[in-house]
Parts: sequence; C-alpha cells; structure tokens
Amino acid sequence: MSDHTSNTKPAAGPGSGRGPGGPGMGFGRGMAPAAKSKDFRGSLKRLARYLKPFQWVIAFIIALAVISVSFSIVGPKILGEATNVLFEGVISAQLPEGVTQAQAVEGLRAQGQDQLAEMISSMNLTPGQGVDFSAISTLMMWLIGVYVLSALFGWLQQYLMAGVAQRTVYRLREEVDLKLARLPLKYFDDNSRGDTLSRVTNDIDNISNTLSQSATQIITSVLTIVGVLGMMFWISPLLAMISLLVIPASLVVTMFIAKRSQKQFAAQWEKTGTLNGHIEEMFTGHGVVKVFGHQEEAIEVFDIENEGLYEASFKAQFISGTIMPTLSFLNNINYVGVAVIGGLRVANGMLSLGDVQAFIQYSRQFTQPIIQTASIANTLQSTVASAERVFELLDATEEEPDTATPQVLERAEGHVEFRNVSFRYIEDTPLIENLDLEAEPGQTVAIVGPTGAGKTTLVNLLMRFYEIDEGAILVDGIDIRDMTRNNLRRTFGMVLQDTWLFKGTIRENLAYGREDATPEQIDHAATMAHVDHFVRTLPDGYDTELNDESSNISQGQRQLLTIARAFLADPRILILDEATSSVDTRTEALIQKAMTELMKNRTSFVIAHRLSTIRDADTILVMNDGQIIESGNHTDLMAAGGFYCDLYNSQFTAPLDEAV
Amino acid sequence: MIGLLTTYLKPYWKQLIFVMVLLLIQAIANLYLPELNAEIINQGVAKGDTDFIARTGALMLGVTLVLGVISIISVYWGSKTAMAFGRDLRHGLFRRVQSFSLAELNVFGAPSLITRNTNDVQQVQMVVLLALNVMITAPFMAVGGVIMALRQDVPLTGLLAVILPVMAIFIGTVLRHALPLFKEMQVRVDRVNQVMREKLSGIRVIRAFVRSDFEEARFAVANEELYETALAVARLFAVMMPALMAIFNLSLVAAMWFGGLRIESGAMPIGNLTAFLTYIMQILMSVMMATIMFVMVPRAAASAERINEVLDVEPEISDPEVPAKESESHGFIEFQDVEFRYPGAEEPVLCGVSFKAGPGQTTAIVGSTGSGKSTLINLIPRFYDVTGGRILVDGVDVREMTQESLWRKIGFIPQQAFLFTGTVESNLRYGKEDATEEELWHALKIAQGKEFVSEMSEGLEAPISQGGMNVSGGQRQRLAIARALVKRPEIYVFDDSFSALDFATDARLRTALKRDITGSTVLIVAQRVSTIMRADNIVVLDKGRVVGTGTHEELLRTCETYQEIVESQLTEEEAAS
Repeated sequence: MSDHTSNTKPAAGPGSGRGPGGPGMGFGRGMAPAAKSKDFRGSLKRLARYLKPFQWVIAFIIALAVISVSFSIVGPKILGEATNVLFEGVISAQLPEGVTQAQAVEGLRAQGQDQLAEMISSMNLTPGQGVDFSAISTLMMWLIGVYVLSALFGWLQQYLMAGVAQRTVYRLREEVDLKLARLPLKYFDDNSRGDTLSRVTNDIDNISNTLSQSATQIITSVLTIVGVLGMMFWISPLLAMISLLVIPASLVVTMFIAKRSQKQFAAQWEKTGTLNGHIEEMFTGHGVVKVFGHQEEAIEVFDIENEGLYEASFKAQFISGTIMPTLSFLNNINYVGVAVIGGLRVANGMLSLGDVQAFIQYSRQFTQPIIQTASIANTLQSTVASAERVFELLDATEEEPDTATPQVLERAEGHVEFRNVSFRYIEDTPLIENLDLEAEPGQTVAIVGPTGAGKTTLVNLLMRFYEIDEGAILVDGIDIRDMTRNNLRRTFGMVLQDTWLFKGTIRENLAYGREDATPEQIDHAATMAHVDHFVRTLPDGYDTELNDESSNISQGQRQLLTIARAFLADPRILILDEATSSVDTRTEALIQKAMTELMKNRTSFVIAHRLSTIRDADTILVMNDGQIIESGNHTDLMAAGGFYCDLYNSQFTAPLDEAV
Repeated sequence: MIGLLTTYLKPYWKQLIFVMVLLLIQAIANLYLPELNAEIINQGVAKGDTDFIARTGALMLGVTLVLGVISIISVYWGSKTAMAFGRDLRHGLFRRVQSFSLAELNVFGAPSLITRNTNDVQQVQMVVLLALNVMITAPFMAVGGVIMALRQDVPLTGLLAVILPVMAIFIGTVLRHALPLFKEMQVRVDRVNQVMREKLSGIRVIRAFVRSDFEEARFAVANEELYETALAVARLFAVMMPALMAIFNLSLVAAMWFGGLRIESGAMPIGNLTAFLTYIMQILMSVMMATIMFVMVPRAAASAERINEVLDVEPEISDPEVPAKESESHGFIEFQDVEFRYPGAEEPVLCGVSFKAGPGQTTAIVGSTGSGKSTLINLIPRFYDVTGGRILVDGVDVREMTQESLWRKIGFIPQQAFLFTGTVESNLRYGKEDATEEELWHALKIAQGKEFVSEMSEGLEAPISQGGMNVSGGQRQRLAIARALVKRPEIYVFDDSFSALDFATDARLRTALKRDITGSTVLIVAQRVSTIMRADNIVVLDKGRVVGTGTHEELLRTCETYQEIVESQLTEEEAAS
C-alpha cells in the first residue's frame, strides 16, 4: 500500500493461485530480518496493556467474531440439508406413487437392488411425492438469514477493530513524540537519526498492521478451525478422522516450509541490502568511478551481488511458493477421501448426500485459516520485537527536570561566567577541566581550534543541552540550573552551520523564535540580515514555501535566513558558528556583515573561522583534542607563543610562499 | 510496461510457455475434480454402484497427485523466471547508468536512480511473479469454470450473468474509493515521517528557540490526519471481505434454489448441482483474486515507466570510433573559446573561455557560486561535453580520445570527497591497484593523512564505511587527495578540495604537494583566496566569462571582481603580505 511498507518488507511471498486465500493472507509478513525479542512475555504483556482501555470493546469484538464465525459455519450444514431434501425428492420421484416407504424398500429388495434399498430405508420420504419445495424454501430463508447476519457481524467486528487498532497506534506515536521532547540531547547524539526514525515509523507500522489485520484474522482462524472440526465430527466421525489426519499434516508442512523460507527471506533481505549499498555507492560516486576508470569493475561487483540476490530471492519465492500447492494437494487428498468414502457411506445409507456435500465445503474452508494460524508465531515474534524497540525508546532516561523553584530572568544583561567548570561526555575521559571564563555584557568570545577539537561542547553546556559535572555556569549571576531551561534558552540565540529550517513558509520560519512577530518586525529583521531583497525576488515573497531539505534556496540564503530568525528572536546572548565553506564570496560577505550587525550589543560566543573575528574578540579560547588549551586575547596569545601563535603563523609565514 | 516486459522476458520465452502450459493443465485438473465428483454422485451414489465410486476415487487421487507435482514445477519455473527477469532488469539499468555522463546522471539525480534500480525493479518483478503464479491462472479458471458450468446445465449458468456484474460493481466501487485513499495514505505517512525527520535533525534549534510545544502540535496534526485516513482505509476493508463472502454464499443459495427447480423438472441430475456449486465458487474466487491482484498493476506500470525513462536515455558521450593517436607531450591543457550550456537553457553556463595550463604550473580558477567554476573543471574529464569551442589535452581534442586514455591522465579530487566501502588501503589503491605500500604511505604523508591513519589501530587496514562516514570531513578530503596522488597522473584537478581542512592543515598540505608534484599540471578551484593566491596563473570567472587572468598581484591591480573577492576574505594587509 505504501512505499514504506514495501521498502521494509521486501517481496512478501504471494499465494499461488488456487483455492481460497487471496492477497494479504498473512503469510509472508514480517519478512524483515527476524529480530529476536529480549523479553517476549514482558513486552507482549506491555503491548497488551495498550489495549486495556478497549477491553470491553475487544470483548464485544470477540463475541461478534464468535457469532459471525458460528453463522458461517452453520451455513454449509443447512445447504446440505437442502441437498438432502432435493435428493430425497429425486429418489422419491423414481418410486411408484401410493406405496409407503417400507413397501418401496421391500420392492427394491425383491428386485435385488439391496444397496439402493439400504439407502432409501434410511431416508425420510414419501414415494412419488417429488421435491418438497416448501421445505427447501424454509431452509433457503434460514440460509439467507444466517449468511447475511454472519456478514453483518463480521463487518461490525472488523469495523470496531479498525478503530481500536488505529487509536492504539495513534497513541503510541503520540507517546513517542512527547517522549522525544523530554529526552536529553545525549540520546540524539548517541543514537542515529535513522534508527530513531525507524522506531517511530517502521516499527509502529508493523504493530499497526498486526493489530488491525492479524489480530482479528487469528481470532477468526482459530474459531473457524475449531468450529469446522466440531461440525465435521457432528456430521460424520469417520470422515472427520480423515480430515483430522490432514489438518495437523497441513499445519506441520506449512510451518516446516515457512521456517525454511523465513531463512531464505532473511538471506534475500541481506543480499538486497548489499546490492543496494553497492548501487548507492556507485551512483553517488559516479564521477569518481568514471575518472578512475572503474566502471567495468563496478559492473563486475554488481553482477556478483546481483546474482547472489537472484539466487536468494528465487529460493525464497520458490520455497514459500510451495506452501500453496502442498496445501492444495493435501486438501485435494482430503477432498477425494471425503468424496469416495462419503459416497460409499451414502450408497450404504449410513450418511446423507447433503452431509457429504457440506463436508466437502467444510474441508475447503481449511486452507486459509491454517496458513494464518501457522504464521502466528512469526507475526507475533516480529511484532513484539518492534514493540520492544519502541518501548526501549519510551524507557530511555529523561532529562533532569527543571528546578521546582526557578529564578526568573526577565531581560538579561548578558553577563556569562564559567566558574570552575568540569565536564566529560564519557566517564574517565576528562574533557573540560576547571574552566574559568567571564564574558561581560556585549563582549565577544571566539572559540578556535582545528576541526573536531570539540568546539560544539561549549555550545552544549551553555544551552544546557548537557549537564556540567562540576562547577557552575552563571548568567547574570544566576546559576543556569536554578532557571527553567526554557527561560535560559530564550535568553540565547543560535546561528549554526547546520542551517535547519522546517517545511513551511519563509515567514513562518523567520517567526520561529517569536510567534507574535508583526509583519513590520519580520521585515526589519529580514532587512538587517540582508535577506529582504532576495526573498522579495521569490515568486511568493515571504509566503514562499520552503520544500523538503529547503533545496529551493541556496546554502548561503539558508544561512542568512537563520540569521534573520535570530534577529527576530532578539536574544541577549548569541552563539554563532561562522563556517561557511560552501558559500560563494559575495553571499559570504553578506553573511559576515549580517553577523557583525547581529553581534552588536550582544554577548557573543563565536566558533570562529575568520581572522578578523578572531583578532577582534575580547577572549579567544583555543581548543585542541576536546580541551581548552589556551585562552586570552589575540595580543596576549601571540605574545605567549603557544599553539595559537603557531596556528596563526602557519598561514602567513614561509610555507605559504611555496604552497601550491 | 508491456515493452519492458517483452524485452526482458524474451530470453525466457521457453520457460514462459512451459509455465503457461503447466498452469493450463492445473486449471483443467482443478476443474476436472468436481466433474469426477459429480459422476460419483450420479452414477455411483444414486445407483448404489460402490465399484464405480472406488474406481473414480482412484482416478481423482491420480489427478490430485499430478496436480500437486505440476503445481510445484510451475512455481519453480515461475519464481525462477520472475527473479531472473528482475536480475536482468537491474543489470540492464545499472549498466546503462554506468555509461551515463554526469549531465545525464544529474537529470535524474543519484537518489532517484537508486530507487529506480532497486524498488522500481522490485515492483515490476513482483507483478511478473504474481502473473506467473496467479494472474494467468485466473482467466483459465474463470473461462474453464464457465465452460464446465455450462456442461452441467446451461440455463442454470445464466445465474452467472447476474452474479458476476453484481460482484464487478461491488469490487469496482470499493476500488474506486480505495485507490484515492491509498494515495492519501501515502501522502500522510510521508508527512508524519517528514515532520519526525525534521524534529530529529533540528533538535538543537527547536530546543534553543524553545519551540517544543509548536513541534508537538505540528506532529499531533500530522498524526491525527494519518489516523483518520488509516481508519478510513481499514473501515473500507472491513466491508470488503464480509460483503464478498455474503455475495458468494448468497450465490450458492440462489444456485441451490434454481438448481432444485431444474432437478425437479428432470432436466439435470442431482450430482451436477454439487459440481455446479463448486464451479461457481471457483469462478468467483478467480475473478475476485484477479481483480485484487490488478490493483498492483498501476503501481508497477508507474515503476516500469520510471525504469524506461532511464533505459531510454542514449548516452551522449561515447568514445570516438577511430581515436586520435596519443601524443608525446604530457600535461598540457588548453581551453579554446569553450562554451557550455545545459540542454534547453537560454543562457550558457560558460562562454568564450580560453586559457592554457602546462606541466609544473598551478592554475587556479576563482569566482562566485554560479560563475561556472565547477562546470569548467568537469568538462576536462568529459563529465559533460562542451557545446562550443574545444578542450585540448596534450594537443588532442578530448572528444577524439577514448575516455579511458583521457581519464588515465587525470587525477580528479571532487568537491564532496567520496570514499568507498572497504579499507583505507582499498580506497587508496582505487587509481592504481598495484601500488606498493610505500607509495601509499608516501601519498598519505603528502596529503597530511599519515598521522591519523597510523594512529588508527588497523592502520591501512582500517575499515571505511559507506561514503566514508566513519572518518571526519577533513580526513575524508585528505584520503581523497591521497587517492589521486597514488595514481600519479599528469594532471591534477582539485575541485574545491581543501574546504574541510583548517587553515594550518590546508597550508601544510599545499606546501608538501608543491614539493611532490613538481612536474605535473595542477588545476585548482577554490573559495578561499589564501588557497590560491600563490598560483602561477589565476583565472577569474564571472557569470561564465573570464574577466581576468594573471597572478595574484597583477589581478589585484587590474581585476575588479578579483579585488571584491579578496576584500571579502582578507584584510588588506593580509592580502598584500
């Protein structure tokens, strides 16, 4: 139905043609690598708890299922009765009128037709009367009633279950979303985005499918098997024994094949992954592949992987494809057995023709429920594994709550102080040790250092994305842990290299930090950030919709928009990341101008790349290997002749003359 | 889709015909069983002939056995053929894309081509598989069923004239409602995913701007919308199965009633009614399954369309039939009045570009974004072909050489450093498979990568994950540079390849490079003026035209565009230093 489902569940085994069991028969689901759950029982119970609010509805649904299935099971028996009446009518028409049944039997015996006499003697007929249509029409009325009611109850049951299932996954999604807001940044840094995303989407989808389809299917399947078996025994214990041989055999065969095909599907899944990985790599690196003359090798590797996928998927499809023919075969044996033995019994007068016919109909109803029952284990396994992954997310440690008695910072001056701050991401790996730092209102603190030196750590601490281990960070003399996070973060503004914008209009994006902004304020902020002009050149101006990943505007323009967004939020303290590597020089000049404008009268922490910013900064923090190794202003640091001095000089001394 | 199927299934026509024959036999056998059953009732049961019952029973068993064996053989060949079809199609697509120029690749974009090569093929392959297993059987069964039903009793078969349209109308109505719902469902699933993705990627910004409430509301809306549509879909399907079952069963009731009348009038033996009921079941089942399967066809057709779009592209850039002789000279590049425009574009990206570069020289190309720098450099390895003028490498027009001999001369370091899954070593050897370990370390040393590679516990054997995501951006760039150095080409082309390096590493790398590749030709595109200010020759581009050529000092005096670029990056004293 959706691309996503098809992405995650490759090539569900189709049912091969015959007999009942259309698409979506349940088999072939959960073909993603069969993840094992850690605590099957516990997680299943916990998942069941989500259904608790619906327990009465579910009880009602089960009751409806019982009624619906019972009705549909009674159907063939009534139909069989009708056949009996017909058959008796036909037979009676062959007998001479005016005699009694006993006389007719005697007459047949006298003619030597013992078997026919036997059969007729067990019937209830009036010779020569013909078909009793009033009896048949009564039976037909019953049948219509039974089938219509069965359909009605069946529909009601699935209708209600759809509501329960969708409500439940809605709640799960909501719960996960609310949980994400309470998780510390550490969680997002430690876990890949793709993994978290897949828990919210694929795993919840998987649960949703099971609840809305498999749950009712399982109930009906089990009820059908039990009910049909019961009817069979009622009609003829002998014939039922034949079916009893076939049913367990079918179950065993199905599970046997399913287990093997699961393995092949897992292999197919894995091969698909490898092949897709190769394709992805070769296509994204197309230029490199070409210029290094590697196309033939790329095709060779592709062919090997492709062949592997072919082998695996052929096996998977073939093995899972044998389920239907095998079941049909067993089913047909059952059919033949019933037809032959039933026929013999009817001929001997020990069974009625209608019963045989009903029996045949019953035995045809088995295939689908058996396939569904056989796949319960797999479905449950994969569902519980998915649920477990969702629960894992729901159980992740949350952020420390805000203090109960927060101090409120209305309009900050912008005084920031690090007092003896120590911090480490990983225990036993000290990162920041005893850092003291003071920034007066309006001052600029530049953070410099090679790539990967840990410059964003300071941002994390200031914004209280991470908690410091020792010491204190004070804003206007208040420990940031004595404020609410929201209050603290409203005091700060952030412009990062990662220019995150959301899918919405430019106006909405600009007003992100200030919901109540007037159009004039938006215009003003845009003008200050030099985006007003370019926004006005867009077809819809400020109402232009930014598309996914905002690819309809350039990187530089996105950067400018984030600056305008910070302008509008009008924070007292700024955190800026200057790097603008993929921006052209003119836009870069605009960005620089806008940033300088933004920094005016604000305390600023700048991850600095520009020499002008660095030299003009009031304090420079030099970071290397995750530690602050030097701090001071440009003149002091140059005089000290340390790492900073080397770093700075490396750009302007001798080597440059020789450089390419 | 038909075209695609015929082309790629053609090699398997024997298997196809074989499978079809098997399916036909299956259908006949399936239809024959109720007939035998009818005979058991008419001639065995009704006449009390137990011998006949046993004989016919044995025949039925035989038919069943044959049916089982044939089914498995047909599944075997059906799956094999369908999967082989998929394999061949993937191969064809992949091969075609490998022959694409960058321009052709960019028409689709890598992500889209990946989807076409994987998911789209999967879609079409699935339909082929279903066709070979189910869809083909359905018409056999339906038509065969009707014939058999007619044989039982002609007037009674008239019932089908009522039942089939009722069913068709019902299924049609459901599908008419379902298809738009499916589409909407897809949109809403995408929306939930998209909002979630945005939330995860923007987590810092969201928290910094204290907008968690807003984000929660946004997600709640998407979630609610998905809930509504999913519920509508589920409820539609809740009607489907019970209603179809009701239609089935009521058909049986009708057949029973009218069949009874026929029997009473003596026009039909009673065994035929039992068989007739079975046939009706089989016909309705086939029609229903076929209809539901055909829901998949429009999607597969859309996929086939997307696949065809790729296969239909004839690569523009191909090798000349008679390549020009390779010249003796090495490392000379000359642009002669080069023009390049994208197909259908009004304005050319590059226009009248002429310059020369030779061995031992460094030529830098600067200009703002959109000035055509990267395009210019991409013309050299023929990622694109010029639309006017020509480019000579070692005196030969690049279009007159084989691409392979051209590429052998060039070491290209792209803007986005791209590494392949494998190890550091396998990546470095990409350009020269037989390079010695010594050569590898030498290249790493120059690319300023020796230190971090030797610090990795596995050294050269250190694994590189897909796209090189397990090393930092700066390390990736240095490895990409080392890779080109191992190849030892005549011409080095750096497409803004120093951007992820900090100033100091950038400077050290360029110093080492200068010493190492003295005899080679170097072309550099860069954003940072400090990277290129020492080049022998600087070409300044503006809006696709050359607006200045010369050294840093010359250009500072003569070229206004260059002055602007320099001013935006360096203070005056630095520029003069």
